[in-house]
Amino acid sequence: MSEESGLIYRISGPVVTAVGISPRMYEVVRVGDEGLMGEVIELHGDQSVIQVYEETSGIKPGEPVVRTGQTLSVKLGPGLLTQIYDGIQRPLESLEETMGVFITRGVDADGLDLTKKWEFNATASAGDEVSGGSVIGFVQETETVEHKIMIPPGHSGKIASIESGEFDITTSVCTLEDGTEIAMMQEWPVRTPRPFKQKNAPDVPLITGQRILDFLFPLAKGGTAGIPGPFGAGKTVTQQQLARWSDAQIVVYIGCGERGNEMTEVLTEFPHLTDPNTGKPLMNRTTMIANTSNMPVAAREASVYTGITIAEYFRDMGYDVALMADSTSRWAEAMREISSRLEEMPGEEGYPAYLSSRLAEFYERAGRVQTLGGDDGSVSVIGAVSPPGGDISEPVSQGTLRIVKVFWGLDAGLARQRHFPAINWLSSYSLYPQALDQWYRDNIASDFPEVRTKISSLLQVEAELQEIVQLVGSDALPMDQQLTLEVARMIREFFLQQNAFHDVDTFSQLGLQYEMAKAILAFQEESEKAMAGGAGLEDVVNVPARTDLMRGRFEEGYAERIGELLGEMSKQIAETMEDN
Amino acid sequence: MSGKEYRTITDVKGPLVFLEKTEPVAYNEIVQLRLSDGTMKNGQVLDTSDDKVIVQVFEGTESVDRQTGVKFLGDVFRLPVSKGLIGRILDGAGKPRDGGPEIVAEDMADIIGAAINPYSRESPEQFIQTGISAIDACTSLVRGQKLPIFSASGLPHNDIALQIARQARLVGSDDDFVVVFCAMGITAEEYNFFVQDLERTGALENAALFVNLADDPAVERLITPRLALTAAEYLAFEHDYHVLVIYTDMTNYCESLRQIGAAREEVPGRRGYPGYMYTDLAMMYERAGMVKGKKGSITQFPILTMPGDDITHPIPDLSGYITEGQIVISRELHQKGIYPPINVLPSLSRLMNAGIGEGKTREDHKSVSDQLYAAYAGGRELRGLVAIVGEDALNERDLQLLKFADIFEDQFLRQSRDEDRSIDEGTLDLAWNLLTNIDTKYLVRLDQKWIDKYHPTEKNS
Repeated sequence: MSEESGLIYRISGPVVTAVGISPRMYEVVRVGDEGLMGEVIELHGDQSVIQVYEETSGIKPGEPVVRTGQTLSVKLGPGLLTQIYDGIQRPLESLEETMGVFITRGVDADGLDLTKKWEFNATASAGDEVSGGSVIGFVQETETVEHKIMIPPGHSGKIASIESGEFDITTSVCTLEDGTEIAMMQEWPVRTPRPFKQKNAPDVPLITGQRILDFLFPLAKGGTAGIPGPFGAGKTVTQQQLARWSDAQIVVYIGCGERGNEMTEVLTEFPHLTDPNTGKPLMNRTTMIANTSNMPVAAREASVYTGITIAEYFRDMGYDVALMADSTSRWAEAMREISSRLEEMPGEEGYPAYLSSRLAEFYERAGRVQTLGGDDGSVSVIGAVSPPGGDISEPVSQGTLRIVKVFWGLDAGLARQRHFPAINWLSSYSLYPQALDQWYRDNIASDFPEVRTKISSLLQVEAELQEIVQLVGSDALPMDQQLTLEVARMIREFFLQQNAFHDVDTFSQLGLQYEMAKAILAFQEESEKAMAGGAGLEDVVNVPARTDLMRGRFEEGYAERIGELLGEMSKQIAETMEDN
Repeated sequence: MSGKEYRTITDVKGPLVFLEKTEPVAYNEIVQLRLSDGTMKNGQVLDTSDDKVIVQVFEGTESVDRQTGVKFLGDVFRLPVSKGLIGRILDGAGKPRDGGPEIVAEDMADIIGAAINPYSRESPEQFIQTGISAIDACTSLVRGQKLPIFSASGLPHNDIALQIARQARLVGSDDDFVVVFCAMGITAEEYNFFVQDLERTGALENAALFVNLADDPAVERLITPRLALTAAEYLAFEHDYHVLVIYTDMTNYCESLRQIGAAREEVPGRRGYPGYMYTDLAMMYERAGMVKGKKGSITQFPILTMPGDDITHPIPDLSGYITEGQIVISRELHQKGIYPPINVLPSLSRLMNAGIGEGKTREDHKSVSDQLYAAYAGGRELRGLVAIVGEDALNERDLQLLKFADIFEDQFLRQSRDEDRSIDEGTLDLAWNLLTNIDTKYLVRLDQKWIDKYHPTEKNS
């Protein structure tokens, strides 16, 4: 390791220029008398340009800059789960212990507790041939997650010795025949994707319990989704719903340049929530990264890489990981801010010209892979985008949409009507249904794709009819079209709307979603029959059992009762015919 | 640091002064300039290197010449803070403006402020009753929240801010708020209006004012809100006060920020505002909140006027992405003669759900709020339709919604400037009464159990 040191030449906000050192690109350096952490982002003659991860007020030219010889890395090993980090993997809890409630600077904190002892259970034995990614044992990190210990990429050979027992994470638990010592902790540079054997096509849905997402615009495990939307449209709530309810085994949540109070809400609430799939606290499978909008901007830029590297590490154990980044626009703005301090030639709207390639590189780290160890693992990435004025023609939205396969378009108009989740069903899309249809047929119902098509085409027809209604009023439409409008209203109010703050409605199993969709189609079919038999539209719409069916979704045990409620509705609709 | 004075100014450009070859000067260090006629000006280092320093001068660079002496004070900008700030009026740079003595400092606080560790924050969930139905029912405010008022020129945002300052209190608590008021580039007339109102109600003794008026230096506006927030933090976290910070007008602040950016020839972002405006605003807005282990709190009410009533303009837009909601003032309602002209549809309080409900306001609050919203939104949409096809084309449900929208505006939104409605009888019961104008079968957002309990004509008695 090099201890070469130089001097500060210039300071401008988070960007510091040093002379007298010749570091590598992206090398971590220590800046100033307080040793603030920084990263080299440009070399210019004998000057090295550094982005500093902490506040630079009061730093002077002439103070020292010291090389560390390492690039920005994260520590990976037992202890990651349930943690809350800042953008450069400093645990916020230890920062509170050392500096109190306000984040000051010049404090180092290890990303993992290096002294804590974990029970290591060896699964490989002496004499086994191993290589990078091979699992050699595990630690029961939380009640629900087995943290697998792997050979770090780049090492291979025959195991000379391995032992189970209590160790801290830097102590060797396994020795290879060439003398390499393997500890439970490994480090990985955040800007380099972790290696895998090959990428596979995603063909299993990530089930989120959110009806509009699962049913109409599904995301596959290993897929990518973008959620652009103006402020107040519900990006954060949607992201948090996904973090709560999606059936991933590991969740990495990056709060990138967002609100402090909102992060606190997540931090206080998650430990009390139970995972519907395991019945254990959700926090057990979660790692959070919180770099709020007023924390240093360079650390915000790094936070996204820190998060995805942690996600890849769990993927390499063979887990399905879901990563939420809220919001990627703040990340892009951090790039813009740094780029402007570097006086780089700007691209569109002042963003650096490399914005879209950085976005692409980030989303490309998602995927379903065969790991080096031969397992099947995935990282799904869901990025929120905050377009200025809600106008998605801006560079970050456009750069995102070019890459992601699922687009959940949030709509201010729907949010104003308190239609939540305010995802526009006309403009949103998912490119996964084809790949996933077989899974739905095998696991939910053989006609699942057809039911979905019917529901979405009803919504399309409604949009066309609404244009006419805007001109002539709904009474001018023929009866069958008025019924279509009622059915579509039922889809919107009963199916698409979902109350994230309601204990029961917040999560719907996929099977129930299918039943609800079928109930809507049944209402349509039977009403058509009844109206052909002389019943009026008002009669069928107003049967009390329909209200019961719709309100029932707020009650426990709805999945068991829906069949019965549906039967009652059908009966009452049939009766309207007899009355006439 | 030595008191050495430099006379090495090379360039003066707008509010910026460029100096050559100095001793090492720290980033953000405070600077004093002595003009040839003896006038003193203050500034701050924006960029520093071995051979060049850029200083922004708060009072503007008028009369600065190459002979001007520049002294670096060896420290970042600090505000003398003490409990004695309460009841005082200071200027935009933190000097007494009320003719009173200098503040006797209990501490010198760095005005940039440090970020609160998200882990150390306390979740804001104590409902603040403002006595204004539109806010209490539909965009409920909680302690520690930052909730801006998005207004526009010619609208009564000042009256609303003052009414909130007067009436805000926790239900079932005697804790009063201390008001920290920060004026940025507002007119003397507006300022007098605020002061007189605060005086009239006796609130002035419980307030600290930081004032930069329209004819005060524009660059000074960049530090005025930071002084106010530094004072607020000190009062809240060292002396357990609940502080309500009102600052007006954020639009003037952003203009000054743009001015500095332009003078530095920075690459501009949208509409010429600097690319770091989001971060800059966040460093102020995020100073709201509550922290573990401290009794006090900071609640912020920034007021901003949307240029051209445009909510997508960068100032309201970036603010909306940082703040926990917004209260939107509507010109249309104002022209109808409704006070307070709050348009509840684009208004939002993100922390509302944590602050309302059983034990906080009332169990039916969320349900009622959703229903009011849905019905009013429906009614307003129908107004557009009626203008084209006439009321005859509407069905029963639509007719009821249409009528409800008028009633809602006239009876629920409208209240007088000194009317302080309690959340249960004043606001929620009123809402239930108005909702009787719609058949219960159309009130789909209301849980049946609340209809049974609260509906004036349908409840089980």
